[in-house]
Amino acid sequence: MAAAGVLHGRADARRYENNAATRETPWVKWTILGISLAFFALFLLLPLVAVFTEALRKGWVTYLTALSDEDALSAIKLTLITAAIAVPLNLVFGVSAAWCIAKFQFRGKHFLTTLIDLPFSVSPVVAGLIYVLMFGAHGWFGGWLAANDIKIIFAVPGIVLATVFVTFPFVARELIPLMEAQGREEEEAATVLGASGWQTFWRVTLPNIKWGLLYGVILCNARAFGEFGAVSVVSGHIRGQTNTMPLHVEILYNEYNFAAAFAVASLLALLALVTLGLKSFIEWKAGQQSKESE
Amino acid sequence: MSAATLFNPTRQTRVLPGFGLSLGYTLVYLSLLVLIPLSAVFLKTATLGWSEFWAVVTSPRVVASYKLSFGASLLAAGINAVFGLMLAWALVRYTFPGKKLIDALVDLPFALPTAVAGIALTALYAGNGWVGSILEPLGLKVAFTPLGVLVALVFIGVPFVVRTVQPILEDLETELEEAAASLGAHRWQTFTKVILPILLPALLTGFALAFARAVGEYGSVIFIAGNIPMVSEITPLMIITKLEQYDYVGATAIATVMLVFSFALLLVINLLQAWSAKRTGRNR
Repeated sequence: MAAAGVLHGRADARRYENNAATRETPWVKWTILGISLAFFALFLLLPLVAVFTEALRKGWVTYLTALSDEDALSAIKLTLITAAIAVPLNLVFGVSAAWCIAKFQFRGKHFLTTLIDLPFSVSPVVAGLIYVLMFGAHGWFGGWLAANDIKIIFAVPGIVLATVFVTFPFVARELIPLMEAQGREEEEAATVLGASGWQTFWRVTLPNIKWGLLYGVILCNARAFGEFGAVSVVSGHIRGQTNTMPLHVEILYNEYNFAAAFAVASLLALLALVTLGLKSFIEWKAGQQSKESE
Repeated sequence: MSAATLFNPTRQTRVLPGFGLSLGYTLVYLSLLVLIPLSAVFLKTATLGWSEFWAVVTSPRVVASYKLSFGASLLAAGINAVFGLMLAWALVRYTFPGKKLIDALVDLPFALPTAVAGIALTALYAGNGWVGSILEPLGLKVAFTPLGVLVALVFIGVPFVVRTVQPILEDLETELEEAAASLGAHRWQTFTKVILPILLPALLTGFALAFARAVGEYGSVIFIAGNIPMVSEITPLMIITKLEQYDYVGATAIATVMLVFSFALLLVINLLQAWSAKRTGRNR
């Protein structure tokens, strides 16, 4: 349910501005431009700038001290581990789901696509709650897990599960429309010529979908790093053990340690900027690839 | 009944391998991680009698949270529909410096962790913040009031309207506007009678997506909301509050209300997208 139909090029706006039928009178144009840019600055640019100014308000020394704090480092480590498990899981799932949905005809296909998108319409808090109901102390498997001394809720596995849930559809939803649009002629040709299934996938399908795949992975990764609500429910907030970066930001903020909170937040904001940069780069690359094939 | 017989391919053109494997894996993974855990919410709620359920989900504090969550989300989606349409229009129709950068930054709310957005907005709109210090002397308190909730929900909803309207606007044939102009239509008439009807399904889809996201939003809201009972508590926070009191049944009952609502909205969004595809001839 995130950005719809994404990989498309941007047309040049001058063709509208040079056409009397498609341009507005100057004052209308400047009013629309002024209002929309003010809206952009107030709601998007200003919060971004605020993160970095607040982080550096007390100088670089405080900033670096906050980041090299032991609890901050363990939060960074846990976040990296979580993303390193959740993203590959959803990547394999995304490819598998896109393969069966885009390359074959079967009943219930549309319904299956809707089910895959389901996690996007569930509140993050509910996403955390469902695993508490399954694996928490009073949950379905709570007794069995306790008897076997396995901890899922208020431990790392719960955090990974919640993260997998909230990032579930990212790769699949990028690949399904892309692979549907590409059809299956190339794969069928390869198969008929004697290539095995895996050979067909690695040498024919993968090169065609690589940009869409990367696009999904990057969005999935950004969300895995930044998830707050779902992880907050299952984490238990144990400092140095089950705190991810966003949760650590919350703890520092609630202790009125604003400089440190914004320091950790600035790392996440940097990652967001890198994500957006890569995203634009991939859109440009994918635009070139589709131009070449035309 | 096995998955292969249930989802039997309808056409007999299965040259490609891997159908059974990929479908089987997809169904197992989906069931284990999404469907079975989600069903836990409904099964847990079913252990509650109807009257108990009703008492939990209509208690005054919870009802106050619905009013805030749904009201602020509707308003935020409305604000995003108006300004998102303008921003999409500016990005497609006008040339101005920094356009590529602005276009890329529109997706910031998707990429920026919600907790980061939450503390940044709070710092901006608090009494001593850049925006708050301008607004408070005018008698407008934003942070730690329902207005703060609205600001956070506008932030997270920005990309939805822009990104659903933008591609439709880009695909719009200029011939339509030229025809309207040659027939003597004013620019405003062309916009309301020709362009807007084509954009409408996409605009409504964007509105519904922003609304759906806003209702469930947690991270960016709780810092700026102040979380005062009966005044600035959102519904997801009520679930957290119940969980912290170890009232799992209560938390699950409220979660059921939210889930039923989300599923209904998902249905509406699917219908809107089908309508949009039909009107513009675009797939998706």
